[in-house]
Amino acid sequence: MEAMSSPGLLAPLSARRRRTDRAARALLGAGTILALVPLALILYYLLRKGLGALDWHFLSSDPTGSYFGDQGGIHSAIVGSVEIVGLAALIALPVGIGVALYLTEFGRGSRLAAGTRFFVDVMTGVPSIVFGLFIYITMVLTGLGGSSFAGWKGSLALALLMLPIVTRSAEVVLLLVPNSLREAALALGAPRWRVVLRVILPTALPGIVTGALLSIARAAGETAPLLFTATIVKGTTYDLGQRMNSLPAQIFDDVRQPQASLVERAWGTSLTLVLMILALTLIARLIQRRSRSTQGAA
Amino acid sequence: MEAGTAIGGGRPCGGRPPLSSLPDRVLRYGLTGLAAAVLALLGFFFIRLYIEAQPAFSRFGVFGFVLDNNWDVSREIFGALPLVFGTLMTAATALLIGVPIAVATALYLTELCPKVLRGPLTVTVDLLAAVPSVVYGLWGFFFLIPKLRPAEQWFSDTFAFLPFVGGHVAGPGYFVAGLILAIMILPIVSAISREVLTTVPADHKEAALALGATRWEMIRLAVLPYARRGIVGGAMLGLGRAIGETIAVTIVIGNAPEIGHSIFDQGYTLAAVIANEFGEAAADPIHRAALIAAGLVLFALTLLVNVGARLLIARGERERGRPAAPGQTGEAFGGAG
Repeated sequence: MEAMSSPGLLAPLSARRRRTDRAARALLGAGTILALVPLALILYYLLRKGLGALDWHFLSSDPTGSYFGDQGGIHSAIVGSVEIVGLAALIALPVGIGVALYLTEFGRGSRLAAGTRFFVDVMTGVPSIVFGLFIYITMVLTGLGGSSFAGWKGSLALALLMLPIVTRSAEVVLLLVPNSLREAALALGAPRWRVVLRVILPTALPGIVTGALLSIARAAGETAPLLFTATIVKGTTYDLGQRMNSLPAQIFDDVRQPQASLVERAWGTSLTLVLMILALTLIARLIQRRSRSTQGAA
Repeated sequence: MEAGTAIGGGRPCGGRPPLSSLPDRVLRYGLTGLAAAVLALLGFFFIRLYIEAQPAFSRFGVFGFVLDNNWDVSREIFGALPLVFGTLMTAATALLIGVPIAVATALYLTELCPKVLRGPLTVTVDLLAAVPSVVYGLWGFFFLIPKLRPAEQWFSDTFAFLPFVGGHVAGPGYFVAGLILAIMILPIVSAISREVLTTVPADHKEAALALGATRWEMIRLAVLPYARRGIVGGAMLGLGRAIGETIAVTIVIGNAPEIGHSIFDQGYTLAAVIANEFGEAAADPIHRAALIAAGLVLFALTLLVNVGARLLIARGERERGRPAAPGQTGEAFGGAG
């Protein structure tokens, strides 16, 4: 770029301007490095402190709760997290994609669509603890379904938080589906529902899957909404109607304990959780990249 | 919709009018209903929270609750000012530290970075958003607090003449919480800034360079003014995130329900008090109502900030003559936990 401003036509850069330019660039570069330092530190500490805790016994036993001796592992937390987040995805994905379909296919330009889009955006900013509090008020306090705290109530809180993420990411890819595709299908006499289900959804599928995976990764790391809904327990249960443990809740519980062995378990649990989330995130990014490259080729 | 009428000229020729068949209507009205239900849900949220918080508001008054500096659980007095103060203090610290770094990162990645590095670096910065809140808390408590404490104590002793600095540093407190929050809002502020920066027309940048501007002068004169509104919007979204962040803050802020005298003092935030005291409050209706009221204040605060941010970003986009296209990056980071 310097080449553009140097020879002949223009006066050479004054030393002061060159120095300012260099300093500013160095500052921006330094800022970027600074942004990456915490990530490196966190990953380093997770591996250093967490790797030692990970073994088969850790993954396959429940927390014992005894003050001395064997503290047990995180089996109940893994089972709980998988079931709670799974049910949350089953709720949030269809609803979220449905809303996105409404926004792009049926509601274009309408007031309701504009309002929905705006408030879905706003919903992404609602703190997750508020979602938890809401479910607590409406379902836990009222003892809905015959129990106070339950795994499925945790799923509902997580689903509320996933909904805007799913909707917005799905909307973005649905908007990318070329209009000519819709028009061609309609011109062939296909009814609207068929166009949506057979043409538009399959075309947008890779992008929708990416958004879905990212939202699941997000929900898997949430603690606050689960505290009021599924709570923290020790034993393993497969029944979503019972109180359920989860990985983030287990970490939160262990961090606040005085025993060093529990803190060590917190590091091991964190490493497990971060590995799960990273795997989901990376798969999502891979799908995204691949679909982009095939679109680029077409 | 437009597609159908444009092609068929309003009259379908295939014999079967596309909009009148039953599955079509089911899909159309079903999806419309779904969208309306989402809107209704948000309204219902607000009302339900308000009803449950009512006992606290009627006992202390709305302003009494928000502005009274006395949170005493044992005497059942709930004035949330220390919590509001802690929330704003930590969020402000987070913005002061996080936004400059996030914008620097965005500028570096969009304007200066070698092309080969751009992709990997972007993904790496985004990975900060994949680390769960509770893990930030764990790391902050066992790494950041002990490592930072000597430096904080030195700063506190050396600059004791500054307002809001000085005294003994306990470890957990506003500053550490703000620092953790700064790290947590970095990816979203950076992502939105990047998105805005890529919309700066190449013409403007090339014009600046052609007039003899250096790279930095180009950024200062052509890029930043153009992207300013969007970047401010992104920072506000970060602010909303920082206000609502719960678990990491709960672990590192020290949980002392009073207004600190120094930035290194222990404090409390609205979100942290809910997470911590909720267990003991289950049996005490007025305490529970106070916590729900704290949640409502938190909800209102984040709603305000977010609506403002969205309006700013949308207006910036409209001014640049671009339809308010939804950005994918910002949405991938929803919620705060």
